[in-house]
Amino acid sequence: MNIDPADPQKADRDKFILSKGHAAPVQYAAMAERGFFPKEELLSLRKLGSRLQGHPSMKMLPGIEMSTGSLGQGVAVAVGMAIANKLDGKDGRVYTLLGDGEIQEGLVWEAAMAAAHYKLDNLCAIVDWNGLQIDGKNEDVMNVKPIDEKFKAFGWNVIEIDGHNMPEIVEAFDRARACKGRPTLILAKTHKGYGVSFMEDNAGWHGKAPGDDQAKQAVEELGGEW
Amino acid sequence: MAEKMATRQAYGKFLKELAVTNKNAVVMDADLSGSTMTKEFKAVAPERFFNAGIAEQNLYAMAAGLAHSGKVVFASTFAMFAAGRAFEIIRNSIAYTKANVKVCATHAGLTVGEDGASHQAIEDLALMRSIPGMVVVNPADGASAMALLKAVAEMNGPAYVRLGRAAVEPIYEDDVQVEIGKGIVAKEGKDATIIATGIMVGEAMKAADMLAKEGLDVRVIDMHTIKPLDEEIIIKAAEETGAIVTAEEHTVIGGLGSAVAEVVAQNCPVKMKIVGVQDTFGESGKPGELLAKYGLTAEDLCAAVKALK
Ligand SMILES: Cc1ncc(C[n+]2csc(CCOP(=O)(O)OP(=O)(O)O)c2C)c(N)n1
Ligand SMILES: [Mg+2]
Repeated sequence: MNIDPADPQKADRDKFILSKGHAAPVQYAAMAERGFFPKEELLSLRKLGSRLQGHPSMKMLPGIEMSTGSLGQGVAVAVGMAIANKLDGKDGRVYTLLGDGEIQEGLVWEAAMAAAHYKLDNLCAIVDWNGLQIDGKNEDVMNVKPIDEKFKAFGWNVIEIDGHNMPEIVEAFDRARACKGRPTLILAKTHKGYGVSFMEDNAGWHGKAPGDDQAKQAVEELGGEW
Repeated sequence: MAEKMATRQAYGKFLKELAVTNKNAVVMDADLSGSTMTKEFKAVAPERFFNAGIAEQNLYAMAAGLAHSGKVVFASTFAMFAAGRAFEIIRNSIAYTKANVKVCATHAGLTVGEDGASHQAIEDLALMRSIPGMVVVNPADGASAMALLKAVAEMNGPAYVRLGRAAVEPIYEDDVQVEIGKGIVAKEGKDATIIATGIMVGEAMKAADMLAKEGLDVRVIDMHTIKPLDEEIIIKAAEETGAIVTAEEHTVIGGLGSAVAEVVAQNCPVKMKIVGVQDTFGESGKPGELLAKYGLTAEDLCAAVKALK
């Protein structure tokens, strides 16, 4: 992405909106890695006075393009930003990440319709297709399938990938950039808690912090050092 | 005395009973059944539980449809997404049509805690109270939540029930009698009155104890029903104690304080202080830290009372 931690507001930048705002800790980790703030600050997550709010806050943390947390809204805001970039002749692309449960919100489809209507080829949405939401499996709570056919019917370019395969991810973004005249959806098949044996594909871990022992095991299983 | 519990836990207990006692009851949720506690109903009567998925507008519009087909519907999600996201549907499809839907909204106010401003509904009482004919209740503890939920279930028509995430100290015995629209004098007093709602009733009781040590005899009223508002109890308090402080875990704009001020200003003007969240959004933090930072503690109530005396 064309972004610069030293100049988070630069005019021609690409933008990323975490429509599934509850995944804020992952975004914060990526931002720290990219140099937006010191890694030590990650430990202030969700604490009183921290810039790292429970859900991303653009007024507190430079580099956050949009405050999110209420599902369905981020993608619609991304549509607005993509329209503005077209209007201003800016090259910046707009990316947004949605949950597969999130796409149950009607607003997502209102936004999807608008994105195709305005031919927003500078917009790329990614659906984190992990099959789970808080109350369980998508198909038990409220079926969302077929996701690909739905977006295609709404006029989108749809690319399906293994969301844990980096070359596939990179290639999908290249193909999205090359696609003209319509927005792209990257449907990324994933596993919630990927790589951590006791978390994988388990809805119960959606919003729960691991205990110290569990955290240690998780980091070790992911190949990190505790 | 009853045990410490969150009002949403009382809701879970209530629903578990309702599943058995009222075969006409339907319960709905929007992917938060473990948090709102509607899972308790689902466990007993899965055939009468409907998950809308993450689709709050559809949740409340479907609820209206079920209600107009003869069901009594308890439909839950977080207060932000009920009163907030689905406001206009609640207004037009539920309240305007007098649908028998109980909007039982949990995780209201700042005490949602770490999730932060996007999840802290501090405008819901104002929104819901502004809708014609809407019954709006905000229980102070588990026992009174149970009693109010039973009362709400028995009345026909729309209601908004505000429930909290965090456990609160009990104020009442388990068998407390609570009537919709009738405030409770939780403590007598003659020097000033604190009219509180929801979790602020507990803080008001603490404040009254603290003020008693300083020689001030303060009345505490639990205004569990914001609408219809108990005007009589307010006028009496104004006349007998001459000073009123209101307390709510909600913005100072449009909630309990405004409702009380409307009555006081038009019937019996006395000095008032409105304690609540000033015109600002919340943030992430522990519930207790947030109540302290945003001026919602017993100490803040003491200062407000003293400022009037
Ligand atoms: C409008 C709205 N409704 C409900 C919620 C509460 N909530 C937060 S996360 C979540 C489940 C999200 O599931 P999904 O979109 O599949 O996300 P993922 O599995 O990627 O975490 C819900 C219901 C919310 N944040 N916003
Ligand atoms: Mg999911």
